[in-house]
Amino acid sequence: MKILVAVKRVIDPYVKVRVKSDNTGVETQNIKMAMNPFDEIAIEEALRLVEKKIASEVIAVTVGDDSSQETLRHALALGADRAILVKTDTKLESLNVAKLLKRIVDDEKPNLVLMGKQSIDGDNNQTPQMLAALLDWPQGTFASELSVQDNSIIVTREIDGGLETIKLRLPAVVSTDLRLNEPRYASLPNIMKAKRKPLDIIESSSLGLTMKQHIEVLNVKAPATRSGGVKLESVAALMEKLQHEAKVL
Amino acid sequence: MSTLVIVEHNNTHMHTATRNTLAAALELDKNPTFLVVGYHCQTVAKEVASLEGVQSVWCLDSPEFEHPLAEQLCDVVVSKASSFDAIIAPSSTFGKNLLPRIAAKLDVGQVSDVSKIIDDTTFEHPIYAGNAIETVRILDPIRVMTIRTIAYNPVQSQQSPCSIETIHHDFANRNSEFVKQELSKSERPELGNAKIVVSGGRGLQSAEKFKLVEELADALGAAVGASRAAVDAGFVPNDYQVGQTGKVVAPMLYIAVGISGAVQHLAGMKDSKVIVAINKDEDAPIFQIANYGLVGDLFELVPQLIELLKNR
Repeated sequence: MKILVAVKRVIDPYVKVRVKSDNTGVETQNIKMAMNPFDEIAIEEALRLVEKKIASEVIAVTVGDDSSQETLRHALALGADRAILVKTDTKLESLNVAKLLKRIVDDEKPNLVLMGKQSIDGDNNQTPQMLAALLDWPQGTFASELSVQDNSIIVTREIDGGLETIKLRLPAVVSTDLRLNEPRYASLPNIMKAKRKPLDIIESSSLGLTMKQHIEVLNVKAPATRSGGVKLESVAALMEKLQHEAKVL
Repeated sequence: MSTLVIVEHNNTHMHTATRNTLAAALELDKNPTFLVVGYHCQTVAKEVASLEGVQSVWCLDSPEFEHPLAEQLCDVVVSKASSFDAIIAPSSTFGKNLLPRIAAKLDVGQVSDVSKIIDDTTFEHPIYAGNAIETVRILDPIRVMTIRTIAYNPVQSQQSPCSIETIHHDFANRNSEFVKQELSKSERPELGNAKIVVSGGRGLQSAEKFKLVEELADALGAAVGASRAAVDAGFVPNDYQVGQTGKVVAPMLYIAVGISGAVQHLAGMKDSKVIVAINKDEDAPIFQIANYGLVGDLFELVPQLIELLKNR
């Protein structure tokens, strides 16, 4: 079984983002970047399927500019076999990313596409579902557990009231939730080895897709800030404030 | 403007988020259509039809839709989509799972977690864990959006039910099937709609000690939430998680016990009206957004608070 894992380079989750003063976006200059945490979980799960001898090859793919090569090298250092960069210098919305990924799926014909449930920058939680739709494949979103049986994948999904289990016939698209696994770290020898693993660069323009703009970003602003509160001396003082000042009790 | 609202339900009751989604729908359209798909779901359709402002309900009631998966619901909605300018659902795991699939099938974009409707085509939604608000214009003829329910006041008033139209749809694709659901059972109010939420974090130390948070919640009639750290450590189930990747809540009162206040947690609760933090670390970031803070040992302070609440 061949697994394609889609990854994304995003601002490091521990960095506090700042909105640009011209309201066109957030500051990304000289900001630490990292692989989207949900995508690390997707890579890890693919590697575990290899270790269980269920999968034979893991291909990491991303859509982005040249700097995304670093994210792919990280995927290779974790254990992916090879990587593909679909190169574009424009920031693309989910549907267009899904369309580019579909072209890679058409070429590579994986049995399973694993990807994070959302990227922590856009927080959209769309691309896996969109890719599944374009391929007309079944989808297993927010997976916290999965197992492959013959030609199917059993996915336990995290839903609002608890858990749901579904069975999908392969090929399928599965998106990962935080509790699917604990991603490994890349060891130094593996980081060195990753430098020699194949990384193909495909110009997005060469894929022959005409991509329409569906959503125009008008501006990005900082959210309303909360004014700082007070620290109280005692539980009694807290009760007093909640009852008589805030009037929430 | 004609709007289709996809109703989340469990075949017995509509999800309470339907009330908030209706409020958003009415901002878009005076006469939105509500779609109820399920099995033995007539009571749900009637519940929706009885919400004030609802004038049109479609109900698809068929055994094969007892636990409809995204593939099935998408097929139903896409077959009806051409008569609508907007398709919306709450931004719950239900809506998040379904709407992007519909959007892609219709070859249109989707906006997630709409927190403000500016006009027919312009919307606001949070990005970067709520650290930025993006204003977008949808250029497509059909606007597909999930609604951030906490941004809309639920419609509570009732009316005599409007008429319910029965619809039919055949679904052939059998590439996915429902196996089972395991839902957490709780007598407490639902986290997403509770007026008061008490959440615990890593500071609770163990599942056993986490019961203190539950006792405080019970003394307040509150729902129980948790930080990711508490969930990861196994103190409580996953669906208790409040944050960027869990639930987003905005109660009247949010009490954070033993939670430091990482960006990802704040994303899920910083719109609460009043925030109280109880933490031993006086530099914990939670104190920067808390209206009232208590610095100290939660294992001393929380029992005192419970005592005072019981005697109030």
